[in-house]
Amino acid sequence: MGGFPILTVMTFLPLAGAFLVMLVRSATAGGKGNGGAEAGKTVLLAGVIISAATFAASVAAFATFDRDQAGYQLVEQYAWYGPISFKLGVDGLSLSLVLLTTFLTPICLLASWNSIEKRVTEYVIAFLVLETFMIGVFVSLDLVLFYIFFEAGLIPMFLIVGIWGGKDRVYAAFKFFLYTLIGSLLMLVAMVYMIIAAGSADFEVLEKFTFDPGVQTWLWLAFGASFAVKLPMWPVHTWLPDAHVQAPTAGSVILAGVLLKMGGYGFLRFSLPMFPDASAYFQPAMFALAVIAIVYTSLVAWRQTDMKKLIAYSSVAHMGFVTLGIFSFNETGVQGAIFQMLSHGIIASALFLIVGVVYDRMHTREIASYGGLVNRMPIYASFFMLFTMGNVGLPGTSGFVGELLTMVGGFQAATWAAAGAALGVIFSAVYMLTLYRRTVFGEITNPALAGIKDMNLIEWVCIAPLAALTLLFGFAPNLIFNFTDSSTLRILSMMAGGQ
Amino acid sequence: MLDFTSIVMTIAPELWLALAGLVGVLLGAVFGDRFNSFSFKFGALSLFGAAALAAIHLSGGESFGGLVRTNTFVNFAKVISFVLAGVALFMSESFLKRHETIRYEYALLTIFASLGMGIILSAADLMTLYMGIETLSLSSYVMAAFHRDSARSSEAGLKYFVLGALASGMLLYGASLVYGFSGTTSFAGIAASDMSNGTLFGMVLMIVGMAFKISAAPMHVWTPDVYEGAPTSVVAFFASAPKMASTVMFANVLFVVFGAAYDQWQLIIAIIAGLSMIIGALGALVQTNIKRLLGYSSIANVGYGLVAVAAGQEAGAAALLTFITIYAVTSLGLFAGVLAMRRRGGMVESISELGGLARTKPVLAVMLSVLIFSIAGLPPFGGFFGKYEVLRAGLDAGLMPLAILVVIASVISLGYYLRLIKIMWFDEPTERFENTDAPVMGTVVLSAVVAGIVFMVFISELGTGGWATYAASGLLR
Repeated sequence: MGGFPILTVMTFLPLAGAFLVMLVRSATAGGKGNGGAEAGKTVLLAGVIISAATFAASVAAFATFDRDQAGYQLVEQYAWYGPISFKLGVDGLSLSLVLLTTFLTPICLLASWNSIEKRVTEYVIAFLVLETFMIGVFVSLDLVLFYIFFEAGLIPMFLIVGIWGGKDRVYAAFKFFLYTLIGSLLMLVAMVYMIIAAGSADFEVLEKFTFDPGVQTWLWLAFGASFAVKLPMWPVHTWLPDAHVQAPTAGSVILAGVLLKMGGYGFLRFSLPMFPDASAYFQPAMFALAVIAIVYTSLVAWRQTDMKKLIAYSSVAHMGFVTLGIFSFNETGVQGAIFQMLSHGIIASALFLIVGVVYDRMHTREIASYGGLVNRMPIYASFFMLFTMGNVGLPGTSGFVGELLTMVGGFQAATWAAAGAALGVIFSAVYMLTLYRRTVFGEITNPALAGIKDMNLIEWVCIAPLAALTLLFGFAPNLIFNFTDSSTLRILSMMAGGQ
Repeated sequence: MLDFTSIVMTIAPELWLALAGLVGVLLGAVFGDRFNSFSFKFGALSLFGAAALAAIHLSGGESFGGLVRTNTFVNFAKVISFVLAGVALFMSESFLKRHETIRYEYALLTIFASLGMGIILSAADLMTLYMGIETLSLSSYVMAAFHRDSARSSEAGLKYFVLGALASGMLLYGASLVYGFSGTTSFAGIAASDMSNGTLFGMVLMIVGMAFKISAAPMHVWTPDVYEGAPTSVVAFFASAPKMASTVMFANVLFVVFGAAYDQWQLIIAIIAGLSMIIGALGALVQTNIKRLLGYSSIANVGYGLVAVAAGQEAGAAALLTFITIYAVTSLGLFAGVLAMRRRGGMVESISELGGLARTKPVLAVMLSVLIFSIAGLPPFGGFFGKYEVLRAGLDAGLMPLAILVVIASVISLGYYLRLIKIMWFDEPTERFENTDAPVMGTVVLSAVVAGIVFMVFISELGTGGWATYAASGLLR
């Protein structure tokens, strides 16, 4: 593949597809009235094909990637604007997140097959544009390029929540947008400062550049503000439950599966290598926030009556483990954090799809209106069980590996933090099992459930791969570890080099 | 020494416009109402011609014994301003025709206002500057009141005139103080003087007067009222071409005349910038009339531009050019979008009327969304690079508090920009707008493409390091 710009192609393939969809639709929508359900399905299918092609492109990138080599690979660089260059490249960390993104997007579009009925063309375009921006975030090796992708992603997500969301969609969309924006604008100021100070926006230059410790603290805080909102960390997590509950199923999947990971990615890509002293300085504070997030949001999740909200809070708790792992500054913890991000990307996405399955049938997410689903939907119940266990962190699922390693890593850095986080493991069992018992077990009390059907083919196709991956990574976590190992060690060596 | 060609070329755009204006007056006198429709094409072509003349002689020169001096910085602004004025004039025709107020005077006033813009940008003497400002302002007052049968339009014109006259008075008073203490009216002479306290006092009064013209806080109060009352096509013109010209004139005067007093005026400009950003952002939050909303938004955007002025230096000037060019193009497009808001033969101006535009007029909605996201400074659109430049210039000059204010104001202003997006995309459709006239729609599309896409793709050629830096380099020569 010598010289073939695989990353550029992969990044902009969805965008090109979105343009194509737009052109074809505006050309065919001339005869008015025939833009009904049939046309909508065709557009969705086109979206699935385009995103599947993007997945294929990312697999091709994966195939040419040399996992033993540290540093960025498949680098493409073109001069652009002053110190800003159009520079793309991947390491194990970013490529694994790219694969997660490209893997989840077709599933999201497919999962919308029956649930999205209005304005399908716009929906598909929004998703494809969003995919470009998400991939771009992970493959950018230039500050401003990263920022452009990072913030531009807000626009399609805002539209997805606001147009196809639930009852309070407008409130949730605004909250999502403004929370994220205030964080990222502070980051922009910090980025501009860094570009002036270092004379370059190139990651590889900035990683070698040593900022004054006093300056590092401020830069760290500005970047941290953005990533903490995105991750999200307690106490700036409140946009997440709103956005999750109001977003359509596929929107929730992308939010939980990919957008949250940008926060963890940011900490690993910027905070640790570029501001090592400040990261070390803030370690206790981050541990405290992580433990509060894990314990507090777990308890909050327990008291939820809305299924999506419960899973949303559980996401915040699981992201607490990621924070814990990242800021342990040892290989175990960071590897665990990366693993936890990928694993949560799979399990939480699957859980939102699981909720979407019954929501499409019953149009309610109230836990109380379900119960006894196992009697009517045995296959659904089995899948739900698997992902519940994955979310709890049962050995054999991928959830276990991530939680265990982040706690081991955390334990080496600060015993109290790991001890606090361990409480979260117990709580997660409490709320997830409660959710499962109340929705799936027992007798059918709600007469409306009497006629509910089990999963159809499309839902199978969406959920089964996620189930397979949950088990695969649970039994063979080395598949991921071998892949992310060199980039983890590289980040940690840069971290150590700074102190 | 007397290179006649150079002297003529330096003021060629202004000569051309003055000539075109006079020819227009003659044609109007001869043909009367039959000239009405043609006058708009005539005016637009004259303006494009003036832009071309300014572009040919971009490096500038000196003429009239130092009363006029141009450089790349002001010539660049001239080109952009004349083109914007031409486009604004071209698209106004159908609007005025529908309101049955189409008269050739409109085109002539635009030409004379543009002549004023050319003069203020070329001025190298306080007298020339004042003449230019008055030419621009007097034409603008009449244009604001162009719908003379409408009480709102007349009110806007009167308000603009009374407050504008006050500001001109301040400017003149300041200019006379500067003259009194430095002993000269020429820019070069003042710049070489010792900047005594009296000169500085005059400078402050001049800043006040000029801040009014660019609608910077706290001299901004006329803006929302005039924007709301004046005919929309006139506002589209106000918010683009004169905005660009006056802002660059403001920077030019500060850099060239008072460059030595940078330390004295930097804080004043910084305060004006901060106030404009915050007042503009907060003021727009509560507006329901789209023209008022955009009026406040223009106050906020002038604030961002002034951050670059406060940063000073060539880098600040380049950032200002990049920012204000993108802003002016975007602004013209947005007001063209307002022109498209017509229903049952009349204009509607409440932002709720945009409800569901994404479904009733998808192309218009997409283009307006691009413009709104761009003016909000969201990547990947061109407006982001404008804001990035402003931040970079500000931080380079160590203006961290202003940079933080830019962030705060941007977040606040997202509140109303997103509200527009929400109304267009999330709300249920209201009655469909009437079909948009081709020139208006063309302006919307063109400015969305230019501000949103062209500036993104070609930013390295256009922004700092490219044309903007080349233009700004003329300031120091």
